[in-house]
Amino acid sequence: MTRGDIESLATDFYDLLESFKHAPVYHLSFEIFLVLAVSWLVFFRKPRPIEKKLTEKEKQELIDEWQPEPLVPSVDPNHPALNVRVLDGIVGKTVEIDGRTSLNFATFNFLNFVGKQRIADKAIQAVQKYGVGSCGPRGFYGTIDIHLELEERLARFFNCEEGIIYSYGFSTIASIIPAYSKRNDILFVDEGVHYAIQKGVEASRSHVKWFRHNDIADLERLLAEQEILDKKNPKKARSIRRFLIIEGLYVNYGDICPLQRMVELKYKYKYRIFLDESVSFGTIGQTGRGVTEYYNIDRQKIDLISSTLEYAVGSIGGFAVGSSFVVDHQRLSAQGYCFSASLPPLLAAAAIEALNIMEEDNTTLFETIMDKSKRLHKKILSIKGYIVNGDEISPLKHLRLTNALNTIGRLEEIVQFAQTRDITITVARYLSDEHRLPEPSIRLILNVEMNDEELEFLCTVLQEALVKVTT
Amino acid sequence: MPEKVNADQGLDKKMNKSLSSNSKVKHFNKKESLFHNYEDFEETPTSAAVITVLGYAILTALGWLRDFLRNIGFEEKKTANDPNPKDFVPLYQSYECFYTRNLYTRIRDVFNQPIASVAGAKVEVMERLSDDFNWTFKFSGKKLPSINLGSYNYLGFAENQGPCSEQAIKSIEKYGVTTSSTRHELGNQQYMKELECLMAEYLSMEDCIAFGMGFATNALNIPILVGKGDLILSDRLNHTSLILGARLSGAAVHTFDHNDIQDLESKLRDAIIHGQPRTCRPWKKILIIVEGVYSMEGSLCKLSEIIELKKKYKAYLYVDEAHSIGAIGPRGRGVVDYWKVNANDIDIHMGTFTKSFGSAGGYLAGKKTLIDHIRVYSHSACYSSSMSAPIVQQIISALNIIMGRDGTNDGQKRIQQLACNVRYFRRQLVDMGFIVYGNDNSPVVPVMIFMPAKIAAVNREMLKRGCAVVTVGFPATALTESRVRFCISAGHTKEMLDHALKSMDEVGQLVSLRYSKQNRHRRWHELNHADYDKEYLS
Repeated sequence: MTRGDIESLATDFYDLLESFKHAPVYHLSFEIFLVLAVSWLVFFRKPRPIEKKLTEKEKQELIDEWQPEPLVPSVDPNHPALNVRVLDGIVGKTVEIDGRTSLNFATFNFLNFVGKQRIADKAIQAVQKYGVGSCGPRGFYGTIDIHLELEERLARFFNCEEGIIYSYGFSTIASIIPAYSKRNDILFVDEGVHYAIQKGVEASRSHVKWFRHNDIADLERLLAEQEILDKKNPKKARSIRRFLIIEGLYVNYGDICPLQRMVELKYKYKYRIFLDESVSFGTIGQTGRGVTEYYNIDRQKIDLISSTLEYAVGSIGGFAVGSSFVVDHQRLSAQGYCFSASLPPLLAAAAIEALNIMEEDNTTLFETIMDKSKRLHKKILSIKGYIVNGDEISPLKHLRLTNALNTIGRLEEIVQFAQTRDITITVARYLSDEHRLPEPSIRLILNVEMNDEELEFLCTVLQEALVKVTT
Repeated sequence: MPEKVNADQGLDKKMNKSLSSNSKVKHFNKKESLFHNYEDFEETPTSAAVITVLGYAILTALGWLRDFLRNIGFEEKKTANDPNPKDFVPLYQSYECFYTRNLYTRIRDVFNQPIASVAGAKVEVMERLSDDFNWTFKFSGKKLPSINLGSYNYLGFAENQGPCSEQAIKSIEKYGVTTSSTRHELGNQQYMKELECLMAEYLSMEDCIAFGMGFATNALNIPILVGKGDLILSDRLNHTSLILGARLSGAAVHTFDHNDIQDLESKLRDAIIHGQPRTCRPWKKILIIVEGVYSMEGSLCKLSEIIELKKKYKAYLYVDEAHSIGAIGPRGRGVVDYWKVNANDIDIHMGTFTKSFGSAGGYLAGKKTLIDHIRVYSHSACYSSSMSAPIVQQIISALNIIMGRDGTNDGQKRIQQLACNVRYFRRQLVDMGFIVYGNDNSPVVPVMIFMPAKIAAVNREMLKRGCAVVTVGFPATALTESRVRFCISAGHTKEMLDHALKSMDEVGQLVSLRYSKQNRHRRWHELNHADYDKEYLS
């Protein structure tokens, strides 16, 4: 640009300013108003939504046209759940099916308390004293002295401060988790947990971080990631509770959790442990007190131990034990406890008698069941063609065929063949919406009163079944 | 004549009614002069509401003061301590436990009272003493014999003697206490089939399935009936198990005002016309969930009108008859029997065995296709132990008695006795000047007491006079609507009811519970007993 151009620009600019000074006020204000209006139109006006106003006739048409789906889809009448065998008698060590007595390796009757005379007698006495039902929730005269006795006995058995009982096994852990863990909290859950825990986790609406089944490295990775997030926002981190939800012995896999390492990590990453010992209660440990006894870990380090009365104990219901600080909260916040009728007294009496048997001085139940589980494990391993999942001391084992052979159809054939030889076993049943559906398997459950011959016979039958199915 | 629902009215009316301002609803069915259906929810007197709120405000202020004193160490902290190190995130936020620490603990002795006998018409309450204002309890060893007005024992089957318990004992000897197996595996016993057939017949439905826990029946089965893309229209005062089931299902949940047919209709219309929010896709299906008898209000659902609506708008209906099965209706068949509707108009019947049958568990009944679906996909059937034999046998025995299959008319006598007792008890309470909520025929009799301190006073005074009652306050009810809830049983004799009424009369005088503005306030001795006696004996 030349000097002349700059000079002319300056003159023009000066002229412009002078003209502003001399312009009438109404003109200036009108110009300013136009500028403001245009800028508002361009930048600030939100487009108004076109309101859909329907006429009465249109509304009625919509209502008339709407067709709902059928309430439930039709179900295949040949579905196995609709053709379950009907039994009529005690389902104990042996079970009667179609007039024949067979050995029972299918029910969770670990300590063979089903049908035990001592327990039946106590249950009968309870009916004669309390009737059958409890007729109310715990808050409204449904608390019977026998419930308080059972809670105290369970707490004493585990050497914990307090115990609480529920009237249904499934609802126990499904009510406990949402009572403590809320929307903003974090749950670290093993992928292999059973369905009731998955429902509890869902009901809590917390952030869930699943880690690979029994994979400590994966858990540590998730914890480390969370620690990084915590460091970025320490104020928020101070209000987020963290829980680790694991099982002592996994129902779906038969293996034991690496509890020692998890307790170490607890103090490093500051989370609380909720341990579900449904299967390990009464089956693992020198005196049946579960994985904490097996690993020799101080039970005070586990925040809450929950379990069921439906497996080893041979009754119905569930319970949780822990410090009073933790357990007492459930009495007002656990939905399955507050809003449901309490456990019928006869079932509580049966559970107390079962505990009496378990606490007897000279009992060899627990030693025996761990020993027999090891022997059964070795025996089945020796049958080529089966894969056995589960720890060797676990009385619950999952049996699978190798690789591509492992289908539900073949496993059902094995089960049917075994039935013809008077061995009752079952394919493990799951619903399709499990978080991680386990591979099809036969769930073998050891009863403590099975002798060596019977275990041998089981293995023989399994061997024959394998031959039949693979040829 | 019952009110006719006007569709346009439903669209325009957007009134947000609270329960206590609901006007009286009188239905006199001219077809049957013996059928008397009257429901009333008298308005809360303003003075009572104001004093109640003031009471809670004072308690809250005191609570803050006490918390402050505890924090500075002036007062001893009586709550248990976290065994974990201090740098863990606290398990409970302080404000979550404020209510427990400062309000609930003051009157904790009136809740969770343990008993030491069968929960029948008379019960033995274990006496608890506390030295430190209810933080810890000690049992004195004394058992207080009281009339049981708190347990759900409508037909009086909570007995430890008689044919039911004898048969339950026989079943323990035959089957043991449990099967330790699920319905899908080895838990499918013959007695389950027998129970399900009998129950289906009792309800005049095609098929039925039974579960071990009533709460779980709702919470674990609603998710398999509805899911994402469906709509649930649930009464505002539905039970927690229904709310949990609805939440777990993933379906959208809208609530309608309690028993308000117009609100329900307007919500139905809106749902069908506007479809799902944001996407405007039509809903896949709509499920209306109501209860037969609401246990805190004593009201009955307006079943005939809801069925009309349901048919008009092609929705499905789920009725939870936990408190009404066995206790309502001339033959004890629940609200279907009471309103004389066709049982097939209700898609899903649900109920529990805890209340009228003296047992435990729940059931779902409906068409065979529905029940087959539930058998296959129910969480309970696949993962829970099947029901215990004596529990099932008790239900079967009770059903046989109610249906008259045992050769006696004991069942029908019990149903009539209950209806008599209910009318007798309610009439006198109302005539004495108490505010009694609910339907005249419901065995649940809530009497309003409003103020928080009176919750404890009524319970303790009634227990001193030999009556075990249930008093409920916030949060089970609305803040200003605390009540004492009587559950009448067929096992109560006239003498027991008279004693209870006399005690209530004395306590009502002592604690000033006569709030009714519609009825005169009278003492028990001022009532004309000859009238009531005549009606009772007829």
